[in-house]
Amino acid sequence: MTHSKTTALKTRPDTGSSSRSSHFRTYRLAFPPVSGVFRPRLVALCAVLAAGAFLLFCWGLSMGDYPIAFADVVRALVGSGDPGTVLVVEELRLPRALVGLLAGTAFGVSGALFQTMTRNPLASPDMIGLTQGAGAAVVAGIVLGWDGGLGTQTLGLFGALATALIVYLLAWRRGTTGYRIILVGIGVAWICTSVTDYLVAKGGRFQAQAALGWLVGNLNGRTWDQVGPLAIALAVLLPTALLLGRLLRTLQLGNDVATGLGTRVQPVRLAILLTGVGLIAFATASAGPVAFVALAAPQIAQRLAGTAWPPTVASGLTGALVVLGGDLIARTLVSGTELPVGIVTGVLGAPVLLWLLARANRAGSGG
Amino acid sequence: MPAEPRSTDGTSADRTSADVPSTDRVPTTYPDLRASGLRLAYDNRLVVDGLDLAVPPGRITAIVGANACGKSTLLRALARLLAPREGAVHLDGRALQSIPSRELAQRLGILPQSPVAPEGLTVIDLVNRGRSPHQTWWRQWSKADEQAVHQALDATNMTDLADRPVDELSGGQRQRAWIAMAVAQGTPVLLLDEPTTYLDLAHQIDVLDLITDLNRREHRTVVMVLHDLNQACRYADHVVAMKSGRIVAEGNPAEVITAETVEDVFDLSCQITLDPVSGTPLVIPMGRHHGAPSVEAAVRTAD
Repeated sequence: MTHSKTTALKTRPDTGSSSRSSHFRTYRLAFPPVSGVFRPRLVALCAVLAAGAFLLFCWGLSMGDYPIAFADVVRALVGSGDPGTVLVVEELRLPRALVGLLAGTAFGVSGALFQTMTRNPLASPDMIGLTQGAGAAVVAGIVLGWDGGLGTQTLGLFGALATALIVYLLAWRRGTTGYRIILVGIGVAWICTSVTDYLVAKGGRFQAQAALGWLVGNLNGRTWDQVGPLAIALAVLLPTALLLGRLLRTLQLGNDVATGLGTRVQPVRLAILLTGVGLIAFATASAGPVAFVALAAPQIAQRLAGTAWPPTVASGLTGALVVLGGDLIARTLVSGTELPVGIVTGVLGAPVLLWLLARANRAGSGG
Repeated sequence: MPAEPRSTDGTSADRTSADVPSTDRVPTTYPDLRASGLRLAYDNRLVVDGLDLAVPPGRITAIVGANACGKSTLLRALARLLAPREGAVHLDGRALQSIPSRELAQRLGILPQSPVAPEGLTVIDLVNRGRSPHQTWWRQWSKADEQAVHQALDATNMTDLADRPVDELSGGQRQRAWIAMAVAQGTPVLLLDEPTTYLDLAHQIDVLDLITDLNRREHRTVVMVLHDLNQACRYADHVVAMKSGRIVAEGNPAEVITAETVEDVFDLSCQITLDPVSGTPLVIPMGRHHGAPSVEAAVRTAD
């Protein structure tokens, strides 16, 4: 009872059995009575990811028909320098980069919320129908000509929200379990995909082209109109996601254990669902259904951080990095044309999905 | 120092320490957990109807019975994992459903049957989560938290394994890690659903001894569902025998576990002898084979 466990715990070197072993430090202030646990590796990872995202963000701003030096980009961001450069950066290029940054963050955080809540990496919003629902609504708007009053963004938003509601209600049986949400979600996703395909086939050539352009996820031609709602949504939803993080840690142990630990499981699940759906809905509405980011980013972040759960902040930063990086590759890969970012993230994301599936099979635990 | 409910061995310092009220390991008053007129059902399937139970405070209670007799369902209701259709479970005079979930989680802990930890979660992370009913988002590692986590690791002999992922441990170690989480929660009442399931005999005894330690040293009231009657007799102070959602008999193991009760509850003929180690009832099932004639035959061939 007397040997010093505190020091043993904090300084014990890696036992060698696993690199995932959690090494955390603690802090505690006398006043205000603030205390907690943090992981140096995770903090370092977040710093690196944030720096990387900023780098890609500025790089994206410097690229284009009128190349701007990196330093001038940074100067233009704070509003100083050549007025022409400031105009190009702030009016023409900044919206695109900001949509990439914000939507990528939203995809990553949303994926982290869903994957933790359902205890399954496959339960990301692009697997359980939310993205497909948004897609069906937007394509319906384009093909059937409904978007006159509403606009693509609003349609995408309502599509994702409506699909989330349908999945939740269909999966509800004395509460919800992750497994049911995934199965129901995959079913709903297929229905939405069928509807989308039907509408694309039915629509005229021009409409089909416009629909397909949106469906792969695209940052081309974004304006401040797309940035505004997304930024406001994130200002509300990201802090909510961070506050819910603590509750997610108990939810990850299963409904019964979480209840035993005083977590009100169903209200918390609903709050997480609403936050995740809100993030994915606004992001998809602004950037289109950029493939695989919500699925892959949290998984990549989790492995880089060495945690047993997708870390919320790092997942968001990874998502931003993937979308911004994907957009850069899409713009430079084929000279002359600008590929939609979704094609690149799809090509890069699919192997991640295959790897995850193979891994789940080997471990014998898909859920 | 106030009179103590039972002998202590060093944990009384916690109780007098003013800055750790939430980890008060020795309850100054024993919890009063009771069920009255309980009717429990899943969808339309009635599992328990009209059950009354008063859990003996400060003791170990074992609920035994055949498969599907409602024993786990009863435990789930005692842990507010299942809301009763009728009747109520009361803790210290308040219905469970009326106690805020956080407050209840500080008084009553539940370890479900074979819980699954997320892949890669370390023991210390798991045990730390046992503290969540005592934590807020700004205060997640108070002195009380640290003390409770270390005591829980120590009590379950898991300190050396604290940094190991739970899913890489042996079955017995894994169960000890989960019990450590429940211990760190620091609740006067601990409910355990078949804590020895899937463990080999040595680890079963290890876990049951650990539960006894928690009861004797820290005066926790324990209610557990057990499959093994002999273990229930040895480790429980109070045995509740259930059949078809009703309590057939309850009380001291020696009074409850009789040949008649076992015949009634399990539909199994048996003889009862005394456990040579603990002096508690030992159930010897009869079965259809290997009865007295074969014993005689064995004796004959030996001649």
